[in-house]
Amino acid sequence: MASFFGIVFDGVAYGSLLFLISIGLSVTMGLMNIVNLAHGAFAMFGGYLSVWLGARGVPFLATLPVCFVALGLAGAACERLFYQRLRRRSQLDQVLFTIGFTFAAVAAATFVWGPAEQRVDLPAALRGQVQLFGVGLGAYRLFLIALVAVLSAGLVALVEKTTFGARVRAAVDDEHVSAGLGIPVERVFCLTFAFGSGLAGLGGALCIDVLGLEPTFALKYLVYFLLVVSVGGAGSLAGTAVASIVLGLFDVAGKYYVPEVGAFIIYGLMIVLLLVFPAGLYGRRT
Amino acid sequence: MIAKFGSSWLSVWLLLLGAVLSSCRSSDAGKTEAEPASGPSSAPAATSDAIKVGLIVPFSGPFASLGAQIEGGVKAYLDTHGGAIDGRKVELLVRDTTGLAPDVAKRLAQGLIVRDQVDFIAGFALTPNAMAVAPLATEAKKPMVIMNAATSSITTKSPYVVRVSLTLPQVTAPLATWALKNGIRNVYSLVSDYAPGADAEAQFKKTFEAGGGKVVAADKVPVNNPDFAPFIQRIKDAKPEAVFVFVPAGTQGIAFMKAARERGLTEAGIRIIATGDLTEDQQIDPMGDSALGVVTTHHYSAAHASPENEAFKAAFAKVAGTQLRPNFMAVGGYDGMAAIAAVVHRLGPGKIDGDKAIEAFKGLELSSPRGPIRIDPETRDVIQTVYVRKVEKRGDNYYNVEFEEYPAQKDPGK
Repeated sequence: MASFFGIVFDGVAYGSLLFLISIGLSVTMGLMNIVNLAHGAFAMFGGYLSVWLGARGVPFLATLPVCFVALGLAGAACERLFYQRLRRRSQLDQVLFTIGFTFAAVAAATFVWGPAEQRVDLPAALRGQVQLFGVGLGAYRLFLIALVAVLSAGLVALVEKTTFGARVRAAVDDEHVSAGLGIPVERVFCLTFAFGSGLAGLGGALCIDVLGLEPTFALKYLVYFLLVVSVGGAGSLAGTAVASIVLGLFDVAGKYYVPEVGAFIIYGLMIVLLLVFPAGLYGRRT
Repeated sequence: MIAKFGSSWLSVWLLLLGAVLSSCRSSDAGKTEAEPASGPSSAPAATSDAIKVGLIVPFSGPFASLGAQIEGGVKAYLDTHGGAIDGRKVELLVRDTTGLAPDVAKRLAQGLIVRDQVDFIAGFALTPNAMAVAPLATEAKKPMVIMNAATSSITTKSPYVVRVSLTLPQVTAPLATWALKNGIRNVYSLVSDYAPGADAEAQFKKTFEAGGGKVVAADKVPVNNPDFAPFIQRIKDAKPEAVFVFVPAGTQGIAFMKAARERGLTEAGIRIIATGDLTEDQQIDPMGDSALGVVTTHHYSAAHASPENEAFKAAFAKVAGTQLRPNFMAVGGYDGMAAIAAVVHRLGPGKIDGDKAIEAFKGLELSSPRGPIRIDPETRDVIQTVYVRKVEKRGDNYYNVEFEEYPAQKDPGK
């Protein structure tokens, strides 16, 4: 029983991790209809920024908001320079540009920081285990789960309840009518992209303790981002959250109970879910 | 038409980005080739007498750090010896395999042999790349020096292959022996699910069970496994005395150690024993405290106490900077170049003959930064001391500190 509870906890924690690295992509891809394969590059730079600040004595938790803001600004710059031109283009153009951008980012990171693994120092409070119901739970995993709960609630409120969220949804649904109604479409898109990039940077910084950080980070986990977003339904924040937790739970349980096929379970589940829900769990059918 | 115009605008941006990056890289590569040979404008008399060494390693992609280590080792040797062997200049031709790409490695080797007419081909971080090039070495009668790739069978693929690095069974067998000697009787085995993992699992089981131990369970994990928590939980439930781990050097080791720390594997009384790949020098610092006390067996540690190792580390820092700590791959590069130098010296002046060179490699002895090594005359594989080490903190950094040794280990995999 104790180990079952442990597996559920680990599954939810792993799901939280998947949520954190994918939520930025769900925002840019789902809300703005841009196939942003360079998402991993933003996450990676967020990670490097956190490590760089950490090496200069900034505590880990303090680096998180810095990563969010810095990558948000970088995202805004990229949106002005590149992405605004991509928005009305074919998806093939978007894929080609963003994957090229990712390769460039990987090469740049190798050039600047070298190919080696980076070191992260978590504060003592986040290391080790916390005893709960007789089971030792990883403190950092608890922290991730709590953070995901807060983040997803905040995001849902932002998109569903605020004027900004309403403007974003309107602008995505029909750019021209929205512009006619006086919504500053360009600025809304720029802000949304900046927000998604900021989330990517934050996710990157949070994930490096578990996933590690070296230049191929940007490509290595691309399949996980896409998996979560496609299963959850692009643009649906609740969908991303549910999909992350479901995939995380099944992956961990699969590896524990049937390790021989454990690695395949997450993909098998994706196939089944997409057959049943072709637009994703919470996807809008068009 | 408008769309077309737009896409060309995009490609301009991409090209610009690409140009900036490739110019960085190519200026770097240019430096690489020119440095040890002290420039292409050397006197023609010297050039005809020069020794040409083709180095085939990955410099980009997920295995880029292997290339940086090996190249650093090779250049460290050349730098300390004035870039020459017996007064003959060494021209180093460096080629990037981009990673796990047997076809690319083969094409690069062909170019080096046919067009550049190198005297030695060397490098080979990854087994599949080495396997693809071996037939070319046979055909061209070129000595091929393996500086890293550790699959046992590589040296059987061509009579022109010589290995100075290690084989996985070679460093695994002493670990099983050590565990038995220290009262460990049942072990849980956890390896990455690819050929070297299977090799390590098989060799450990063979030696361990022959000595009266028992492997209670054996799990294989995906090669790119992001989260080890479920596997650690399985190990905890099985309550073995120790867990034997083999994962490729890199992210996987860090992911394993962090999950083990979080789930309190050591606190549960389960010891972690592994081949040196787990706590390899380059990645041991990012692991931090979680690696403390882990026992591994390997042929090289940066903490090895010997004047040769101190000289090697100083030379490596001079050519590759202090940011990168040299690991066993750098030593592979250094010793590979040292072996080539010894062979050139033995053969004396004149053009290098492939068959004579291979004969000269056989039985060669070197005092390496890792300790004494010898090339087995029968198998052309390395014979060396394997050390048992424990992770300790020294100042701000972590090291594998050697405390026991198994001298003159041959590869038991052949």
